[in-house]
Amino acid sequence: MTTPTGHIHGTDVQVSKDLLGAIGGVPKPSGDIVVDATNVNKWFGKLHVLQDVSLQIKRQEVVVILGPSGSGKTTFIRCVNHLEKIQSGRIFVNGHLIGYREIDGKLVEDKEANIAKQRQEIGMVFQRFNLFPHKTALENIIEAPTQVRGMAKDEALEMGRALLMRVGLAAKETAYPAQLSGGQQQRVAIARALAMKPALMLFDEPTSALDPEMIGEVLEVMKELAREGMTMIVVTHEMGFAREVADRVVMMDEGRVIEQATPEVFFSNPTEERTKSFLAKIL
Amino acid sequence: MQFDTSELISFMTNWSVIVPAVTTTILMAILAQVLGIVLGLVAALAGRSRNPVIHGISAVYVWFFRGTPVLVQILLLYFGVPVLLGGIDPFPNTYPFLPALISGPFVAAMLALGVNEGAYMSEIIRAGILSVDSGQAEAAKSLGMTPRKTMSRIVLPQAMRVIVPPLGNEFNNMIKTTSLASVITVNELVLIASVRYGATFKPFEPLVGISIYYLAMTTVWGVVQSRIERKFGTGMSRDAEPGVWARLVGVRGGRAWPLGGS
Repeated sequence: MTTPTGHIHGTDVQVSKDLLGAIGGVPKPSGDIVVDATNVNKWFGKLHVLQDVSLQIKRQEVVVILGPSGSGKTTFIRCVNHLEKIQSGRIFVNGHLIGYREIDGKLVEDKEANIAKQRQEIGMVFQRFNLFPHKTALENIIEAPTQVRGMAKDEALEMGRALLMRVGLAAKETAYPAQLSGGQQQRVAIARALAMKPALMLFDEPTSALDPEMIGEVLEVMKELAREGMTMIVVTHEMGFAREVADRVVMMDEGRVIEQATPEVFFSNPTEERTKSFLAKIL
Repeated sequence: MQFDTSELISFMTNWSVIVPAVTTTILMAILAQVLGIVLGLVAALAGRSRNPVIHGISAVYVWFFRGTPVLVQILLLYFGVPVLLGGIDPFPNTYPFLPALISGPFVAAMLALGVNEGAYMSEIIRAGILSVDSGQAEAAKSLGMTPRKTMSRIVLPQAMRVIVPPLGNEFNNMIKTTSLASVITVNELVLIASVRYGATFKPFEPLVGISIYYLAMTTVWGVVQSRIERKFGTGMSRDAEPGVWARLVGVRGGRAWPLGGS
């Protein structure tokens, strides 16, 4: 169930007001533009899935990408942390060209170690959660800080517990993913991504695999993150979330950005026919 | 000619012959299997490499050692390597400082069995890696983990659940395949049986005797295998029934993380 009012998904889950306090406050991106994508093109075989996509995301901005399935919105955010290759165009995050080096105007894929380093600044939350099933909730959270950042285990545990408490899962630190509900798993996944203190968070349909009664608790965490100033790109079908939280709504169709506006304008007075028919179907 | 039970018992309790032979069989099987696992892991990872040379070496290795008989490989290694080394014999009857049990033929057979096993283990490990949901590697990468860390900390531990059951069968096979080492005079069970019936002209009794020893070894391994599989939570749900062996020897399941949990 989705409505533009955004109040349909009630939840009893208590989300702490100071979510980012657990990781020492809002991670500071280096510039005012966090994501700068210009003329990004991508093909899957003959299918032109991204066609000259350009998008800038400012610091502390929350951008929601809407569009029918197959419009390229998920593919686009997967390109932002180089889980997908692009064939042309440039994507900069915090001023770093993502996934490639530019040699004589041509894109050459960067070394894995460099790409891994770039991804440390970009948190990602997946539709299917992708928690590590052989690790407990707390172990999931401390894995990357200890293994990638080299954080001391005690420090990581302290931060991990603080994060779990703030997403309302303090009692679940020793639970394995299989022992958690979908909503709980997704909240752990968000905490896991936050533990790397990312300058940018990507959400790939984070509530699409959830039972309806669990959507609210995940959206609540995301709203709190947005309120506290996290820079976010969210691919979702939750119109209520878009209307309530987004600074800007981006409409994609057939691999292109066809319209972008503030939620007020976007939902009440869209200009493109394609947007109108999409909204008519979904609202 | 009648079955001579006293000959069977006499052979089976001739400890000064049996103990070294059984020890040789077990030791060779373990060392060859460990070598096979290491080579299999290397070959499986090399097979995933984007570098065509590394990928090619792995493919040729698997192709050759799965495509020729292991008996031929043992003979090739034992007789061929000294030729390639230009007369230096890497497989003398005894090595200085090593127990007599670790003879040149023993080393040659162990290496051949291990290299052969590596080709099969590589396929098993490859299948195990493929069984792990691709979202796991993506999640690890998105957290900034390098491909190496992603493999060693996230993918391989989960692949173990798929790798361990066939690995157990491979070791069961390995225990029996060590019998081929008799052709290059390794002092294992088949060799002592043939030595015995060469002298007594009673082949049946020692062959029954070594079969009983092989059965004892594979049976013990079967119990150990089911314990190990339980530890890795193979195909278990949280409230799975303990298996037959587990019930017999009173083993409880370790922590479980069922498939499809995330």
